Amino acid sequence: MPRPNSLRLHVPEPAARPGEPVRFDQLDFPKAGDVPKPASTAPERELRELPFSLIRVLDDEGRAVGEWDPKLPSETLLRGLKAMLLTRVFDDRLFRLQRQGKTSFYMKSLGEEAIGAAQSLVMAEGDMCFPTYRVLSWLMARDYPLTDLVNQIFSNEKDPLKGRQLPILYSARDYGFYSLSGNVGSRFGHAVGWAMASAYKGDDKLSLAYIGEGTTAEGDFHEALTFASVYRAPTILCVTNNQWAISSFAGIAGAEETTFAAKAIAYGLPGLRVDANDFLAVWATTQWARERALANQGATLIELFTYRAAGHSTSDDPTKYRPADEAEHWPLGDPVERLKQHLILRGDWDEDRHQTMIESLTTDVRAAVKFGEQIGTLGKSKPSVKEMFEGVFEEPDWRIVEQRRELGI
Amino acid sequence: MATMNMIQALNSALDVMLECDPDVLIFGEDVGYFGGVFRVTDKLQEKHGLTRCFDAPISEGGIIAAAIGMGAYGLRPVPEIQFVDYILPAFDQLVSEAARLRYRSNGEFWAPITVRSPYGGGIFGGQTHSQSPEAIFAHITGLKTVIPSNPYDAKGMLISAIECNDPVIFMEPKRIYNGPFNGRHDQELSTWANHPNADVPTGHYTVPLGQAATVREGRDVTVLAYGTMVHVALEGIAEAGVDAELIDLRSIVPLDIEAIVTSVQKTGRCVILHEASRFGGFGGELSALIQERCFYHLKAPIGRVAGWDTPYPHAFEWDYFPGPGRLARALHAAMEH
Repeated sequence: MPRPNSLRLHVPEPAARPGEPVRFDQLDFPKAGDVPKPASTAPERELRELPFSLIRVLDDEGRAVGEWDPKLPSETLLRGLKAMLLTRVFDDRLFRLQRQGKTSFYMKSLGEEAIGAAQSLVMAEGDMCFPTYRVLSWLMARDYPLTDLVNQIFSNEKDPLKGRQLPILYSARDYGFYSLSGNVGSRFGHAVGWAMASAYKGDDKLSLAYIGEGTTAEGDFHEALTFASVYRAPTILCVTNNQWAISSFAGIAGAEETTFAAKAIAYGLPGLRVDANDFLAVWATTQWARERALANQGATLIELFTYRAAGHSTSDDPTKYRPADEAEHWPLGDPVERLKQHLILRGDWDEDRHQTMIESLTTDVRAAVKFGEQIGTLGKSKPSVKEMFEGVFEEPDWRIVEQRRELGI
Repeated sequence: MATMNMIQALNSALDVMLECDPDVLIFGEDVGYFGGVFRVTDKLQEKHGLTRCFDAPISEGGIIAAAIGMGAYGLRPVPEIQFVDYILPAFDQLVSEAARLRYRSNGEFWAPITVRSPYGGGIFGGQTHSQSPEAIFAHITGLKTVIPSNPYDAKGMLISAIECNDPVIFMEPKRIYNGPFNGRHDQELSTWANHPNADVPTGHYTVPLGQAATVREGRDVTVLAYGTMVHVALEGIAEAGVDAELIDLRSIVPLDIEAIVTSVQKTGRCVILHEASRFGGFGGELSALIQERCFYHLKAPIGRVAGWDTPYPHAFEWDYFPGPGRLARALHAAMEH
C-alpha cells in the first residue's frame, strides 16, 4: 500500500484504447460563430482568450456563421474543394499502389485536407510554405503536376528529385513548397529565418510553417517561436494537432495541461486555435495572421485542430493503439463533407456534380499513375546513378569524382 | 597592407563583406553592440547598422536554423557560435539540414552559410572551451570545414567561405588569435607583429578553400597540421632537428590530397599532428588516405600525435596538449626506420 501522501508519477493515457468505446467527451468546443474576431492588428495582450477557444465558422448544418466568416466567392470554395478531393483520391490510389509493392512508402493526409488547400490559396505567390509530410493539398491547390508527384513516389527516371528522397518528401520551390525532410520539426526555424530575410530585405514575402503537435516537444519548436518573437518575423507558425503522433496521443505532448495554441502566450505571440476540418475557419485565421504579419506585427501561432483519420504511414496500423472507429466519431466531422454540405446549402453544388468531380479527378490520377508506371515503378526504373553523386556540393570535390569513377560511371 | 592579428584580420574580412554585399549579415550571441566575446565583430554594428550585425538568443539550434532559412531566401548569413564546444545543439541543423538541403531538393534550395566558431585549447578553458571537433564535421558530407593558421589566411579564407554557395564551418584557433603559439606554454607570449603572414591587405582578396600551404620544405618526413598546431609543429621540428616538410592543410574539407601525396611520396615518412583526441580523429582519415596512396613510398609507419582520448582536462592542460616535445619524439621514431 502506498502511503497517503506518497508521490505518484503521472503517465497520460488516451480516453479509449482498441476494443473500448470511442470517447471524445473530454473535448469542449464553443458553438460555430461564437468566438469574436479581433482586429488583426490588436495587441497580443488583448488576444489571450483565443488560444483556449476554438474558432469555427461552419455550423453543424453547414452554414457559415459569425465574425470569422471570410465570405468567400463560390469559385474559391470550389477550388478548395477540388484540391481536397484530388488529395483524397490521389492518396487513396497511391496508398494502394504501395500495398501492391510499386513503391516503398506512402503517407496520407486523410482528414486534414482543408489545411493545405485553404492556406495555399490564402498565401501569395512568392510566399513560402515549410511543410510537413501531410499537406499534399497545398500542392494540389496550386496545380502541381500529378505526374511529377507520381514519378517522385516511384523514384523513377523522371523523378524531379532524382531518386534521392523517400517518397512524398517533395520539394517544389516554384509552388512555394520548401524541401521536406523526414526529420520532424527541423524546418520550423528555417521559416523564421526565411521571414527574417524578407523583412531584412524590405520585401513583402511571408513564410508559413507546419509542425505536428507531437513535435512541439522538440527544441526546434521553442527555438523558432523565440526567434519569431524576438525579431517579429513575418511568419505564420502552425501546429497541426491531429491528435496522434504515430501511436502517442496528444496528451504525451502536453495536451492534458493546456492547448498548443496557448504555447504562444509565453512568447508574446497571438495564438489562434481553429477547427481545421472547417475550410472557412482555416482560411479566415490564416488571412488574419497574414494581415498581421504584413502590418509588421510579426508572427502568429495557429493550432490547427484536426484528426489524423489514417495511419501515420504505410508502415503503421492504428488499430493497434486506438479504437478502429475513432475517426468516424471525430466530433468536428470530415473536412470534405463539411465544405460540400456548405456549398450545397448555398446552392452552388449538388451530389451529381460532386460525383462527377470525383470521377473526373479519379481519371486524372489514373492517367498520371499510368504515365508514371510506363516510365517505371520503384526498382523498375531509376534516374542515372550519376545523380547519386550530383548536388552534394555546388562543385564536386575529388572524393566524389574518384568514387564515381570507382563505381564505373 | 596593414599588420593585423587574427582577430583584426577576421574583423576586416567581415567588414569588407558587409561593405560589398548587402546580402551578408552577421548574428550570434554577443556579436552586436558588444562586438563578440573575442572582439571579432567589434564595431561592425556601429559601422554597418543594427540589422547587419546583431545579437541572437542563446540558442545555437535556433541560430543555425534561422541562418539556413535566410540562406534559402538568398542571403549569405555569417552566424557565430561563441565556442565550438556549444555547437552541438545545432548539430541536427548542420547535419540533417544545411549539409543536405541542396542534394535532397535537387538544387532548388541551398544554404550558403558560414558558421564561424572559435575552437581549440591552450587557454585554460577546461572541457567546455577547448575542444577540437573538426572530425565530426569532416564526416558529414555536404559540409566544408576550414581552419586557418594565420591572419592572412584567416581573412582570405573567411571571404572565400562567405562567397561559397555551400555551408562552411569556419573554425578559428582561439589560442593564436593574438599571436602565434609554439606550444611552449612557459615562454613569454609572442605577437603577430613580425610574422610574415600578419601582413594583410586591407581590401578584398581570397585564399581558396581546399589548398594546403607548404610552411617549411624538407626531405625526410612530412608533418601534417592545421590551426594552432602549425606553429607547434615548427617548434617540434626544430627540437627534433630533422629536415621535415610541414604542410598546413588549412582546409579539412575539401582536402588538398595532391599536396599531401606529393610530399609524402617525396619524404617517405609522415607524422600527423592535431589537438583533437586521437581515436576517430581526423588523423585517422589522413593516415588511411596516405596508406592507400603512398604505401610503396613509405619507409616508416605513419605517426599520429594528438590529444589523449580523455575529455579536455583543466589542471592537466599541458599534459594533454600535444606539444613540441611529443612531436619531436614521434619524428625521431619515424626517422629510426
